[in-house]
Amino acid sequence: MTADPRDELTEHLGALRAFAMSLTRNAATADDLVQDTLIKAWTNIDSFERGSNMRAWLFTILRNTFYSLRRKRQREVEDVDGSLSLALASKPDHDGRLNLRDFMQAFGKLPDTQREALVLVGVEGFSYEEAAETCAVAVGTIKSRVGRARATLAELLHLDEDEALELTDSVTAGIVGRQPAA
Amino acid sequence: MSDSKRTPPAPHIMEEIDRNLKKAFGQLAEEPLPDRFADLLAQLRAVDSKKEGGADDR
Repeated sequence: MTADPRDELTEHLGALRAFAMSLTRNAATADDLVQDTLIKAWTNIDSFERGSNMRAWLFTILRNTFYSLRRKRQREVEDVDGSLSLALASKPDHDGRLNLRDFMQAFGKLPDTQREALVLVGVEGFSYEEAAETCAVAVGTIKSRVGRARATLAELLHLDEDEALELTDSVTAGIVGRQPAA
Repeated sequence: MSDSKRTPPAPHIMEEIDRNLKKAFGQLAEEPLPDRFADLLAQLRAVDSKKEGGADDR
């Protein structure tokens, strides 16, 4: 294979932007982050191992860039602009109780470390080992971050309560006394 | 994991969470790309081809 791996960069742009958005929660900052990542990837392409997972490699660069920028700008207030949820369709899922915007709003409330762990494992399908390597932490740490992220989302979105209502009968439903919707 | 207040969500709830995540991130990833990225890649390529003086295949 003589193909230049740099030709592949474009294919990952969409996923990189989404990952950047999940970290920064700001569309403009996310695009700056993707730009920095592209430049670094381009100029350090020799450190990319041919045949290995390019997306994982790019995510690692993006993530490292994000945290080093943030350390530099420690004093600046984070500018979370709602672009994580506003970019999404606002209609509820056909079979679902969830509206993607509400879902992403809840997701945006998770701590950074949990957001990134959940994106890598839950969205990108990284194994726990791959995610641990990307985030430079122990496998157990990733597992617990993913677990806590899912538990918090379930709680914020009241998924557990809904389940209780579904699985039990109306008597229990009456006792549980759900809050009126909206 | 001994945190009794935070029992892990049931498997189907975790599935629902991941399904929604994938959907939301799928939508975000499919947003039209701003031109700046194509422009940037073209610039990088131009700088390189100048440096390499027309060398083939690296």
